[in-house]
Amino acid sequence: MELQEYIDSGILELYVYGALTEEESIAVSTFLLQHPEVKEEVEEIERVLRDLGIATAPYNPEALLASLKDKLGNNGAAKVVSMPPPARVDKTSRIIMYLSLAACLALLVGIFSLLQKNNKLRDEIQITQAENAIMETQIEDARNDLEKTQNLLSIIRDKNITKVPLAGQEVAPDAYVSVYWDKENNRAYIDAQGLPEPPQGMVYQVWSLTLDPLTPTSMGLLENFEQDENKVFSLENPNNSQAFGVTLEPAGGSETPTMTQLYTLGVIDA
Amino acid sequence: MQPDDLILRLQQKDEKAFERIYELYSESIFGVIFNIVRDEGASEEILQDVFIKVWDNSESYSPKKGRFFTWLLNIARNAAIDKTRSKAFKNSRKNLSDEYFVDILEQKSSFSSKIDAIGISKYINMLEPICKKVIDLLFFKGFTQKEASEELNMPLGTIKTRNRICINKLREILVE
Repeated sequence: MELQEYIDSGILELYVYGALTEEESIAVSTFLLQHPEVKEEVEEIERVLRDLGIATAPYNPEALLASLKDKLGNNGAAKVVSMPPPARVDKTSRIIMYLSLAACLALLVGIFSLLQKNNKLRDEIQITQAENAIMETQIEDARNDLEKTQNLLSIIRDKNITKVPLAGQEVAPDAYVSVYWDKENNRAYIDAQGLPEPPQGMVYQVWSLTLDPLTPTSMGLLENFEQDENKVFSLENPNNSQAFGVTLEPAGGSETPTMTQLYTLGVIDA
Repeated sequence: MQPDDLILRLQQKDEKAFERIYELYSESIFGVIFNIVRDEGASEEILQDVFIKVWDNSESYSPKKGRFFTWLLNIARNAAIDKTRSKAFKNSRKNLSDEYFVDILEQKSSFSSKIDAIGISKYINMLEPICKKVIDLLFFKGFTQKEASEELNMPLGTIKTRNRICINKLREILVE
């Protein structure tokens, strides 16, 4: 029953209201021509709405028809107006008249073209202003990016920073992570470019490990992984780390690492 | 049924056809106008303007674009809304925006010929409040589906189906 579906969709009511776009209305009109039962439905809807309109009318305005018809008459009939006989005009004043007419026309044309030019220029200014605004934000973005990159670069180059490569483990042999550990400031920068995007509802958690006995301490989560452009995360690390590991955990992180979901692991060179 | 032959004759400037069309549609159009401006004198004026436009521009109606009633509705709602936006009108009446068609029905003591006087306002009050709002915006105020969905904070598709349910309720009421 496709027709019933069409009727039940509620499009016909909107059609009678005039709430559809012109194209949509034309499409419905065409459809009605082919389907009398749908047209019947439209007639029904219209009847209800007309009744509803009548219900909200203060009274039947039939008395207005007479004065209304008078107004129609006035509009329709063309009035004949007799023209006064043309006055005689001598030759010079006629020439002056033509000249001033021509001057007026020239002036009008001039004003018109000036107005047009003015409008065009105004449009161009608006476009240029819009373009400028876009450029400015682009420059601002580029400047911010540059600053971020320079910060990262200075961290990587710092001689006091220990670089620890973490290699991919069983669940993700191709994954890799680099940790830049700034011992003096108890801070670690995690370059997670080499991790796949975490599945929905999961998050990467970074662990500081001491070996012998193996004790993991959570350093934090790589939140908003997808949104982060350069995928470098800064975490606090006051621990005496001997290794770093990254595991995949449910959103919010875990107390202890889920070892079956160990993505990358790397030991710090003593 | 839409009186297609009358409309055709109207388009050929047949005054008799104009009279018949006025008789058929003027009361419901008057109701829609009154619902927007809430003033009998102003509504009469607008109604006359609307039907003068109908006479002058009848050739601009095309059945391909939609119902004749819809065409009338559009002219009437636009004229009425223009009126409410005029400065003089604004000064004379305030706080119209919150009123729905339902309160006209509640305040009305007598209904004209075609509608059953006793029942309708009572039954319409049985409509859910959301129905009253949806019908008021879409039918009486001439909102587009999108505008209504923004006004009522409802998804586009929901407006369409919800409105259908409301109109069906109204049909049950008016058939009784």
